[in-house]
Parts: sequence; structure tokens; C-alpha cells
Amino acid sequence: MSVVTNTTTIGAIEAPSRRNTELALLAFAVVIPVFAYLNVGLAIDGEVPPGMLGYGAGLALLAGVAHLVVRKWAPYADPLLLPLATLLNGMGLVLIWRLDQSPRLIALAKRSYGAFSPSAPNQMMYSAIGIAMFVAVLLLLKDHRTLQRYTYISMVVALVLLLLPLVPGLGADVFGAKIWIRVGGFSIQPGEFAKLVLAVFFSGYLMVKRDALALASRRFMGLYLPRGRDLGPILTIWAVSLLILVFENDLGTSLLFFGMFVIMLYVATERTSWVVMGLLMSAGGAVVVGSTASHVQSRVQAWLDPFECLKTAPEGTNMAYACDQMTQVLMSFGSGGILGTGLGQGNSDLIQFAANSDFIFATVGEELGLAGVMVFLLFYGLIIERGVRTALAARDPFGKLLAMGLSGAFALQVFVVAGGVMGLIPLTGMTMPFLAYGGSSVIANWALVGVLIRISDTARRPAPSPAPNPDAEMTQVVRP
Amino acid sequence: MNKPLRRVAIFCGLLILALLVRDNWLQYVRADELNAHPKNKRVTIERYSNERGNIIVDGKPITGSVDSGDEFYKYKRTYVDGPMWAPVTGYASQAFDASQIEKIEDGVLTGNDDRLFFDRTLAMFTGEKKKGGDVVTTLSGAAQKAAFKGLGNKTGAVVAIEPSTGKILALASTPSYDPASFAGYHNADAKAWQTLEKDKNKPKLNRALREIYPPGSVFKVVTAAAALENGAVKDINAQTDTPEGWKIPLSSREMVNHASGCANASLNRALEISCNSVFAKLGDDVGVEKMTEMAEKFGFNAEQFVPVRAVASVYDKNADRGGNALSSIGQFNTATTPLQMAMVTAAIANDGKLMKPYMIDELRAPNVDLIKKTEPEELSRPVSQKTAQQLQEMMENVVTNGTGGNADVRMDGVKVGGKTGTAQHGEKNAKRPYAWFISYAKTDQGSPVAVAVIVEDSAGTDREDISGGGLAAPIAKAVMKAVLKNRS
Repeated sequence: MSVVTNTTTIGAIEAPSRRNTELALLAFAVVIPVFAYLNVGLAIDGEVPPGMLGYGAGLALLAGVAHLVVRKWAPYADPLLLPLATLLNGMGLVLIWRLDQSPRLIALAKRSYGAFSPSAPNQMMYSAIGIAMFVAVLLLLKDHRTLQRYTYISMVVALVLLLLPLVPGLGADVFGAKIWIRVGGFSIQPGEFAKLVLAVFFSGYLMVKRDALALASRRFMGLYLPRGRDLGPILTIWAVSLLILVFENDLGTSLLFFGMFVIMLYVATERTSWVVMGLLMSAGGAVVVGSTASHVQSRVQAWLDPFECLKTAPEGTNMAYACDQMTQVLMSFGSGGILGTGLGQGNSDLIQFAANSDFIFATVGEELGLAGVMVFLLFYGLIIERGVRTALAARDPFGKLLAMGLSGAFALQVFVVAGGVMGLIPLTGMTMPFLAYGGSSVIANWALVGVLIRISDTARRPAPSPAPNPDAEMTQVVRP
Repeated sequence: MNKPLRRVAIFCGLLILALLVRDNWLQYVRADELNAHPKNKRVTIERYSNERGNIIVDGKPITGSVDSGDEFYKYKRTYVDGPMWAPVTGYASQAFDASQIEKIEDGVLTGNDDRLFFDRTLAMFTGEKKKGGDVVTTLSGAAQKAAFKGLGNKTGAVVAIEPSTGKILALASTPSYDPASFAGYHNADAKAWQTLEKDKNKPKLNRALREIYPPGSVFKVVTAAAALENGAVKDINAQTDTPEGWKIPLSSREMVNHASGCANASLNRALEISCNSVFAKLGDDVGVEKMTEMAEKFGFNAEQFVPVRAVASVYDKNADRGGNALSSIGQFNTATTPLQMAMVTAAIANDGKLMKPYMIDELRAPNVDLIKKTEPEELSRPVSQKTAQQLQEMMENVVTNGTGGNADVRMDGVKVGGKTGTAQHGEKNAKRPYAWFISYAKTDQGSPVAVAVIVEDSAGTDREDISGGGLAAPIAKAVMKAVLKNRS
């Protein structure tokens, strides 16, 4: 017998699913934080931390469950997203645990609240809920296109979520920003979830209206200007963003939503004019609010020259507080230098309030140094890149818009938070995805990664094998 | 939709790039500036995060470090017999910086000194905690105790030097303060500091090194030295040509003597009963130039570093004849630190060789390795051996027959030489005079100790009793005895 050669020309060549790649990367994503945990324990107590095994096992379990679910229900999903999110989540846990050991923060908590409770166990629980959310998204959302059906429900839900913090008795004012609600002992940041729901609404809405928004226009000075009545949506979103800014004192959220909308509008219509309009409107809004809201003014002062502002601001005012916070954060970064002090050996706890949430990136800067910060930024960059790649690969416009909207929002959030703590832009009260302490943020971001994984699975899934050709029966290959 | 997608992707990439560039600027370009910023507590946190090295006297630490349990600055300085040693150690406070040895040798004490680089690196690898090195002083616990006790609640200062090496054996100043009382940075520390700052007795002033006093009659030994060196007097027992009531040049006033029998008194006799006329005339005979030269050889008109800075003592080189005559008996513009008078005494006791005074003997690494040892160093030779021995003979005569009887230790084989002084000051000399005493002890192996004592004021002492011999000499005697006993 001679060698049998396959002469079939049409057939499903199994596309590589890359699940094993994902598994190998996940191993790193678990081992690296475990070593970081060990590092913190050795630096602070000089001994192997007793919780290391439990921590490692917990992280491995979460990653394992997520991996198995992806393997079963989204086999063609992007292999990088899950390991990256796991690594960031794991490192976030280590950093929060490290700050839990700080005598200064413990003393501060006792002074302010009468008691100190460690944040790391809570964050571990939030991470577990986050993974559960991730699993739920993959199990319940078999096809992301089903979300299209809920376009207008999404809009209502998003508005409710955004307005919840303003409801008396429910909303809580935390250091000037009203972005929290308190339900039965838990603090929830509805804005984090609104980000997801809004992306669904924008995608569904723009998919339907994109032709009208793109084509009906007048040409003016090389730009295609939209008709007056087509300005409705962008004006509405702009107004809502300004309302959030004015009533909830939250620069970050408002910037994030408006930016996300402009990006999606641009992608949907391919019209640069929308970007120009968006920039002009946000600039206008920023000037108006910046010159009226004192909360924003002090943040801007603290951004322009924190050390100078610390000298001039009257003691005890919001401005002095904002400036002091900013100088502490900058000095934390500066003291890290190129290689950092090493985990557990820095003094980023001098930032005091919100050291493990809004300002957790300063701990990365001080203890892991320039090198560590760049690595983290590149991790975030990779997540965004995988998201955009998913959008490019998606075959349906809704999936494209949704993937782009989510990755765009993620990119804006990373930029606004990291840029804020590093003094590149005025500071806003948002959290670094996956790193910072906070249940809402972790859970919402795991859901976001779940949706991206679902879209990428659909996008990378090989085309179904062609229907059996009735002629195939007749033309048989005759083998010698 | 892919074209705008790619553009947005590039935009997102630019956002990340902007963050990367900003981070490089922050953590590389501005790192040093932010790290050393005065608002940055990290420097001080690091400074107090380890046990500070100790200052050692007679092999035992006179300082300590205690874990204060503070959340920012962990270790706080403690002191053994703080007020007694304060003029030596200075202070190291978390709120008010440090002074004297604590400041000068801060690098060694904190362990940050470049010379401790290898110890630090080694400790990093062996996992040991960083520790500071020790400063071993030349002081003698017994002598310091005698000096401090002798001064008691009087205001004054004592400096004792080992003449052959320049080692400082005692350095006391009263009223003193406890540097431990403001070692921290809390309200209590600030309060203690404020109280000391406001105290009109100036307890924080180191009178031994930082205050200059008119020396009065004790300066006459310098004038005697100048007279002998410049040939104005050939024989210490020969009569000088000095009338009673010698007229001060360029002035209508006469030099007042408090003792009788000063007319034509020999140098030896004049020192014994402290004749103003004889020494004023000798100073005038030698002239302001030669007088200044002699004073400067002894260390006047220059700051001394032991290594703590001592202010410069003054001999006015621009004085006219009258001023120079008054300067020669330790009045007019002449003013000296107690350290300076101890140096003069030590040089005479050491047969004319002035050794540079110092109080830090060794610097030691945390593992007791020697970093640096101070070797005795000759500063100058103000007088020849012969002149020095003549001066010794006269100073011993002062103790045996003259005003300094209170200083005689009465020990076998020990000769004591000294000179009293009662320096008037204030408008028309209205203020209580300063009581001075300088002395040395000498055995056949050379001189182990030279002392200068000043007592500024003593409440409850009648003005007539304020004399060097009465108030200051007993303190000098106690210090010399302590040193002599330690030797045998």
C-alpha cells in the first residue's frame, strides 16, 4: 500500500483554539502573585507568610474554574484576556494585603472608624464573586447578539444606575464624590456596572442609527456636519455627563461615559466630524464646570503644582487636602525610583486615605519602581489591544461596537486613573481595574472580560463546515 | 468599520504611551528631587527606623535607643545622665535635628556614612537589621562627674584636658538640660524645647565651648609667658621695675592692685599675689604685637574644632597701648572660652607643647571594627621648654604659697600648679565677677590633667567671697583628683 494522501480540498481545518496556551499563561498568572505574596511576607515579618498556601490555592482554584468554563463554553476565545485579568487581580490582592499590614493605615482606621478590618479577605471574596460573574456571563450569554434585544432596557437601567447615588438615604458621600450607594452594609459603585450596560445601549442604538448619523450631513470646511436633529443623542449624553459631574462631583465617570460614546460614534459612522464635535463639547463642559465647581477647582490646582498649592492653600480646606494627597502620591512614585524599594518596604501608606483603592498605583510605583509600573501599564495595554483585536475580528457590527466600546472604556479608565495619580491629568476618583480595592470594580471588570471573551469566541470560531453537498455522494474518489 | 477601529486602537496606544512617558519623567527624571523633597517624610522615617549607634565613655554607652512604638519614627534617643553629658553629646531630636557629636558624627551613628557602605551591603545579604556605628570619646566618667557635681547648681563650665595628647577628659556646663526631654516629636517634646529656649539661664548654651568670658587674672600666665619668651623678664625671682600706682599709658588712671606688696615685685611674687600693675606693665613692655603673637600661639583669635566647634577667644590685636596694658591682665577686650584657658594650662603643663584638643577617640562600625582613630596632633609650641618650666615653677608657687591653696590635691608625688582669677565685668564692674581657676597636676611621668574652671555667678555667695580661689579652685581640685585616682 502506498501512502494515503488526503485529496479533500474543502474541509474544516481545525483552527487552533489556543486553550493550552491560555492554561500555560494562567500558571504564570497564579505563580507570579504567589511569589509576590511570599516576598511581602518575607519583607515585613521575615518569615514565609502562613496564608500563602491558602492564597495560592484560592487564586489557582478561581483561575482553574474560569479556564475550564472557557474551555467548555468559549473554546475559541482569546487566550490572553483571562491570564492578564487573573494576574492583575492576583497582584492587586497582594498589594492590598501588603497595605493591610501597614501600622500607619491600621492606626488611621482605628482613629477614624474605631476599628480596623483587613481589606484583603474582602477583596478575595469580591474576586470570587467576580469570577462567578465571569462564569455566569459565559454560561448565560451564548451569543452576544442576544444583547441587542435589550438596547432600550439597557438605557433605562444605565440611567437608573447612574442616578442611584443621588437618591436620598441610599447614596453616600465619600470625600466629596457621590458615586456610592449603601445597601445593607455594602458599598456599591453603580457607575462601574453602568459602564457595561451603557456600552450595550450605545452599540444597539448606534448599530441601528449609524447610517442616518453618517450619511445625512452637510459638508462644511472639509467636515461633514450632522443635521441639527441628528445632534440629539450626543447632546443628551453630553448633558447627562455634565449632570453626573455637577451633582455627583465625579469627573472620572462623566469623562469616561462621554469618551466612550464619542469613540463608538466615530467607529459606527466613520465620521471625523463627530470626534471634533465631541472634543469641542467636552472642552466646553470642562471649562464651565472647572470654573464653577470648587471640588474640581481644587483638583486642578493640585494637578498644576501640588507643592506650591500646598503652601498657599489655607489649612484645613478641601484644596489643602487635595494638594497634600497629590504631593504624597508624587513623592511615593519618586521614592520608588527605577527598581522600587521592593514589596513591603516602601512607605506608600503615607498617602493615608484610599491608599489601597484610588491610589494603589502609587504603591506599585514605590515598591516595584519604574520597571514595575511600566510592566503593569503594558499589561493593561495588552488587555486593550486584545479587546480591539476582538472588535476587528468580530463579524457583526453589534459585536464590533460592543467590543470596541468596552475596550475603549477600559483604556480611558486606565488613562484617567493612572494619569491622575501620576499627575498627568487632574485626579479623579476612579479605581484602577482589577488592582484597586473595591467589590463593584472587580465584579464589573470580570463581567467586562467575560463579554469580551464571549465576543472573541464568536469571532474566532471557525466557520461551520459547509452543508454536505448532495453531489458529493455521486463523485466518489476512486483509489487505485 | 475597521478603519476607524484601527485609528481608535492607535489612539488607545497613544494613551498608554503617554502614561509610560509620564512615568519615566516622574520616576527617573524627577526621582531624586521628589525623594529628597523636604516634605518627603521618608528620609526621616528611614533615619529613625534603625537603632542609632551610641556615644561611649569609659567603654560604656552614655546614650541609648528605644523603640518608642511610634507609627512614623520608630527609634528615639535616650541618654544616661543626660544633663551631665549634654555638653559632650549634644542632642538628637526627631523634631529639632541634632547638635554637637550627635550632629557631626550623624553618619556613623545612623549607619549611613560612606565608610559603613560594606557593613550595610553585608547586612543586606545576611538579612541583619541595619545598625549605627559607635563614637568612642576621650572623656573620663570620673572627671566629668567631679566637674558636674562641683558646679552643682552654680552657673559655670569646666574643661579638663590631658596635656600630653590633647584628649578632653571633662567638658561640663551648667545649668544643663536633658536632651532626652525633647528627643521625640510630640507635643511634650515641643513644650520641653520651648521651655528651654525661653529659659533666661540659657541651659542649652554650651558654656565650655560657645561662651567667651573676660579671663581676668588667669590670663596673666599668658602675659608671663610672653614676657619670658621675649626677654622682658630674665629671672623670675628678680625684682621688676614697677612702681606702686603704675599709670596706664594714654590714660590718667592708675592701675589698681588688690594685693599689697606689688611695688617692684618679682614675676614669681607678682603671679603669687596677682599684681595687676606688674603684668600690665610687662604687657606694655612686650607690646601689642608680641602679646597678640603669644596669645595666638596658644589658640586665641581662632575657632577650635574638637571636632565640635568652639568659638574663637579674643585678644585684641588693634588695641592701643592703654588697651593692650589692660588686655594683658585679662580685661578690656580680652575674652576666652573655658576650653581656651584649659589649652593654655595644658601647653604649660606639657612643657610648652600645645596638643590639639579633641574628644572623639575612635569611630567604630556596628561590628566593632575600627573606622577611624584620632591621633594626637601638635598644634603649636607657644613657649620653649625652659619658659614652660619657669611658668610651672611660678604656678606651683601660687598653689603652695599663694591664692590657689584650695586646689592642692595633697597626693604623694603630685605637684599642682594653678592660677586664680576674678574677672570684673559689666558697667563699672557692677555685675558679680566671674570666678576663674586654671590648674594642672604633674607627676614624674608628666602631667595627666590640666583644668580650667569658671563659675559665673553664685546666688547666695557674698560678693567678697567670689574669688577664683574660693569658688573655682575646689572644683578644679576635685576634677584633678578624679583623674589622678583613675590613673593609679
